[in-house]
Amino acid sequence: MELFTYERAHNPEAAVIAGAPSRAKFLGGGTNLVDLMREGIERPSALVDVTGLSQTIVETAEGGLLIGAAASNAAVAEHRLVRNRYPALSRAILAGASAQIRNMATVGGNILQRTRCRYFYDVNGARCNKRDPGQGCDAIGGFNRYHAVLGTSSHCIATHPSDMCIPLVAFDAIVHLAANGGSRSIKLAELHRDPGDTPQIETALDPGELITAIELPPLALARRSAYRKVRDRASYAFALISVAAALHVDDNRVTDVRLALGGVAHKPWRALIAERALVGQPATYDTFLAAARAELRAAQTQRDNAFKPELAARTIAAVLRTLAEEQA
Amino acid sequence: MTDSKNLGKGSSITRREALAGGAIVLGAIATKPLSAAPTTSHSTVPKTVLDPLIERPGQLGTPRSRRDGPLKVKGGARYAAEHHLKDMTYAALVFSTIARGSISEIDSRDAETSPGVVLVMTHLNAPRMGAPEPFLATPTGASGSSHPVMQDAEVFWNGQPIAVVLAETQEQADRAARLIQITYQAKTSVTRFSEAKQLETVATFGGEKLQTVRGDADAALEAAPVKIDVSFSSPRHNHNQIEPHAVTVAWQGKTLRMYDCNQGLSLTAATIAKVFGIEPAQVHVSAEFVGGSFGGKTLWQYHIVAAAAAKLSGRPVRMNVTREGVFRMCGGRAPTEQRVALGADKDGRLKALIHTGFTPKIQQNAMTEPFIEATQRLYSSETARIEVRAAHMDMLSNTFMRAPGSAVGTYALETAMDELAEKLTIDPIELRLRNEPDVDPTNGKRFSQRGLVQAYQMGAERFGWIPRKGQRLGRREGEWLVGTGVASAYYPHYHFPGGAARVTITADGKLLVELAAHEQGVGAATTTAIIAAKRFGIDFEDVEVRYGDSLLPGSHPAGGSQQTASIGATILAANTAMIAELAKIAPQGTPWAGLSSTGLTTVRAGIALTERPSVHIGYKELLARAGLQAITIEADAATPTAAETWSMHSYGAVFCEARVNADTRELRVSRVTGVYDCGKILNAKTAASQFRGGIIMSLGLAMMEETQFDERTGRIINASMAEYHMPVHLDVPLIDVAWTDIPDPHAPTGARGVGEISMNGASAALANAVYDATGKRVRDLPITLDKLMV
Amino acid sequence: MPIIINGHDVAAPADPRVSLLDLLRERLDLTGTKKGCNQGACGACTVLIDGQRKLSCLSLAVQCDGHDITTIEAISEVDSLHPLQAAFIETDGFQCGYCTPGQIMSGIALRGEMQRGAPSHVTPRLEDVPEASNEEIRERMSGNICRCGANNGIIEAISSYVRGTL
Repeated sequence: MELFTYERAHNPEAAVIAGAPSRAKFLGGGTNLVDLMREGIERPSALVDVTGLSQTIVETAEGGLLIGAAASNAAVAEHRLVRNRYPALSRAILAGASAQIRNMATVGGNILQRTRCRYFYDVNGARCNKRDPGQGCDAIGGFNRYHAVLGTSSHCIATHPSDMCIPLVAFDAIVHLAANGGSRSIKLAELHRDPGDTPQIETALDPGELITAIELPPLALARRSAYRKVRDRASYAFALISVAAALHVDDNRVTDVRLALGGVAHKPWRALIAERALVGQPATYDTFLAAARAELRAAQTQRDNAFKPELAARTIAAVLRTLAEEQA
Repeated sequence: MTDSKNLGKGSSITRREALAGGAIVLGAIATKPLSAAPTTSHSTVPKTVLDPLIERPGQLGTPRSRRDGPLKVKGGARYAAEHHLKDMTYAALVFSTIARGSISEIDSRDAETSPGVVLVMTHLNAPRMGAPEPFLATPTGASGSSHPVMQDAEVFWNGQPIAVVLAETQEQADRAARLIQITYQAKTSVTRFSEAKQLETVATFGGEKLQTVRGDADAALEAAPVKIDVSFSSPRHNHNQIEPHAVTVAWQGKTLRMYDCNQGLSLTAATIAKVFGIEPAQVHVSAEFVGGSFGGKTLWQYHIVAAAAAKLSGRPVRMNVTREGVFRMCGGRAPTEQRVALGADKDGRLKALIHTGFTPKIQQNAMTEPFIEATQRLYSSETARIEVRAAHMDMLSNTFMRAPGSAVGTYALETAMDELAEKLTIDPIELRLRNEPDVDPTNGKRFSQRGLVQAYQMGAERFGWIPRKGQRLGRREGEWLVGTGVASAYYPHYHFPGGAARVTITADGKLLVELAAHEQGVGAATTTAIIAAKRFGIDFEDVEVRYGDSLLPGSHPAGGSQQTASIGATILAANTAMIAELAKIAPQGTPWAGLSSTGLTTVRAGIALTERPSVHIGYKELLARAGLQAITIEADAATPTAAETWSMHSYGAVFCEARVNADTRELRVSRVTGVYDCGKILNAKTAASQFRGGIIMSLGLAMMEETQFDERTGRIINASMAEYHMPVHLDVPLIDVAWTDIPDPHAPTGARGVGEISMNGASAALANAVYDATGKRVRDLPITLDKLMV
Repeated sequence: MPIIINGHDVAAPADPRVSLLDLLRERLDLTGTKKGCNQGACGACTVLIDGQRKLSCLSLAVQCDGHDITTIEAISEVDSLHPLQAAFIETDGFQCGYCTPGQIMSGIALRGEMQRGAPSHVTPRLEDVPEASNEEIRERMSGNICRCGANNGIIEAISSYVRGTL
């Protein structure tokens, strides 16, 4: 690890000033950044500790929720309002990492965590366009069971590893940002990007920009939401694929649906094709499966992940079936 | 069963002599496995004299908590990286990134001037050292390979240590190590298994060919009315002990002092001594607590690098190998490609048994993954062709990992047996019973004790096995497909020579046992105390055990599930020697004076006449009357010979219930029963834990474990505990274990060893259960959900 | 502000790269907290920070300034055992002992999490107070890996502790 300076920010204004230098980084729970620094992937000259910023979870005037970026993953998952109104968010967080890590990791840090692609991690022994642009991608043609099948490019097939972000994009979450020049808000769905030919650029954040909060709009549909994570062991593993879904069925027809996928792309994947295909259709397993397959039609698979589109489709259909049965 | 001819004092000398006297002989494999048919004449088998200890009621088998329990649960047990030495430096390693070639340039200028750096050592400035002798290649070898350590520019594998930085703190060392720039001249390398197989050779293990040929198995297979012929593959595995490898080293005068994590102290000391050209007694290695070993806590390059850097810098060194470093430098289980072909008559009697295949190894070790071991012993068959072929690759040394060979070999054999049973429409247990041999199928020796049938009977009852005749009994419970399966377990009985101990009886009537045994989780001190208490007729609480130090007597490698057997034989020898000494100090004219060890026995904290146990005198009184504060003997265990006469192996029957998600094909295990036939169980509590631990690792092998070796570069990709999956608590159901508890009449204390057998059988039982649930046979490990989707 | 470790004030190290784990092990000789992977993948380094279980390997020591750290060394007196420690011995919830302090610290915090009704991944209904079922305890302990396979004993000990039946 390279030497760095460390300071704690006591408010967002001070944080963005301290975080303005080009090699400064904001530090949350450290569960990803400290590891990346130890691996020699991240080499910040300054760490600005933002865990002392807002950790509150409050109801908005519109009836949504505003979650401080420094709130721990555990606190969000456990919160009464989250459990009642956005159960898929609680479920997604609880399916992620371990209790210890959920106690440490912040909401802001979770959103900005980086891929677990092992070729990305192997600083000395593997090529990675994300780490060293233009170098090549050793994941292509290598071990890529955990890699992306949607929105990939010939430069990068890494996935975004978050569970928490999957229901958040399904629920149209908004990210509040602050920078030295002012603040703004964007949709979470617009924060992460496809790799294209610049996989090193992972988000729409400007340099020095800080996530201060995440806002969940009011969404009655989310009360009937679910999260299903499929992985290689029962717990404490990243998703092969995961599904966040919310469904409303009326008279055996789908009236409203939200769907997002994890483990399939460089970003949390909102399944808009499937959503559009479902609305107005009969709430049957076959319809669910057909819509899911439509979403995955564009999938491009690799040596080790050819199973993912089918697994994703079956899991989507299974989750929707369960949600539909609960409303029957 | 007393044998005084091998007793000797000054055991550190006799121990070295014993080691120098001949190759390490693996008890069971030292026999000639090439015989075409059973040949042993039963009339020449010596008469069996049962160890009287087995017959005595009481202590053996009583569940006892671990003696080191309080220390371990309080965090007070100190492991290799937890000994602090004055002026200690911290080490960080740099690993090669090519598979084969040479280093053309090392630029370490930035590292040398980085804050806190004490030394940068590479092949350019390392002290001259001999190449370490690999385990099994020489009598005292302990190393994972014979590669020279930083002696020249050659690179032999992707991940080889090529530089080390010493600094005042770990943070400084780690930072500086990243600044070292290496330029390589790459050579052609063989990193693809398919390519390596073109250069095949018949393999050996422990000096014997891994080959058994009996009759014409191919013709018999062809002619058999019922047959199956299937191929399997298994990937690389890593031990992933939770304690990463570490050593704390200092040169203290002429002595090299090492605080290590180690399962072969005496061999390690001997091997390192040769590397540095010093006497074995000058290498003092201790390892009181080892944070898991599973075959992997042996001698690797980091030991030698640390010792050399300590020598060069003149400062003690703490070498904390990073988790990635463990993957790069400390080997694991080799992958295999196996074929199992079984031919049977319509009644299920095997006519042909073919188990062959390939595994890679490196040229610089003596280890070939012996995946045919179980096949050589489990079933009778008129003909057999059993063979391993090894292919040399440019890779990190493959090595011993819990149940080497048989862990993956039984997976293939026992899923093939399940498949054959289905085809025969015979219950899979019945199929095994119909092929139960009368004598060892490979060498014709009589079984010392074999209870596979009893294990199946006990297990079937405990698990509630429902017999089947070719049909699947799998059922659906909600979203889960549920099935059951069964398989045999097998592990050989090893017993290495070289066991020795120093035993002291003190004036207060207590016993001190000192021997270079290992505690990596097996409960060695507890079991040793149990054996010694029983043997010396003394309370368990009155026995103190000191272990874990190379200066203590004996070689008791904690491998091959043989440490307890070795200790048992050693305590037996020590008891004989002690009786002789006690007879000498018994006052003239008393009934015990001058008797030989056959005339006396140790009971009720003293000695008594063997024929008249009531004629007894306590240790305390004996010592008091002789005016002694303590009496000490050293004894060497008799050279193990029982396996030359008897077929000595352990067996088991494992039952498993699998649940496969109907939508996603995720696999979960809901029930396991394992019944093992390992001779006498000495401590029910720790033995049960060993059995469960092996089952869990075997389930991991079946379900998720794989070291990903990128054949393009020869580099291990998932060098991390996050991406090398092993079972977590939620993967592990309650596991039912039991044992036949039938003493082996030819093993001291009747015990054959329990550490590895449960690594076998569970994986195949699970695979058979998966088949029962889904109708899918997965022959390429691990059984990941994608393989159940197709 | 100092770091409060087992009730004692400790100055944060001058080198900000030092992890809480290395501060404990290498500078304070509190070696009961173990380093298994140093990357948040095994749980051996679990300590309590302000009463919550966290990983000391991924915590920078400077971040702990002003916070209260409890390690395995402080949960019982020198000559006594915490009830959970005693339970581990009774159920044989360890072999090599290396993951053990982390398992125990994790188990202590787990009881608090269950008592306040925090749900887990396997809790059947998020709105209910979770029951201390075998599956609940196994899921909640899944961040602490035991490679020796003493899992059954570990879960038995912690289940008894959580249910208050020790």
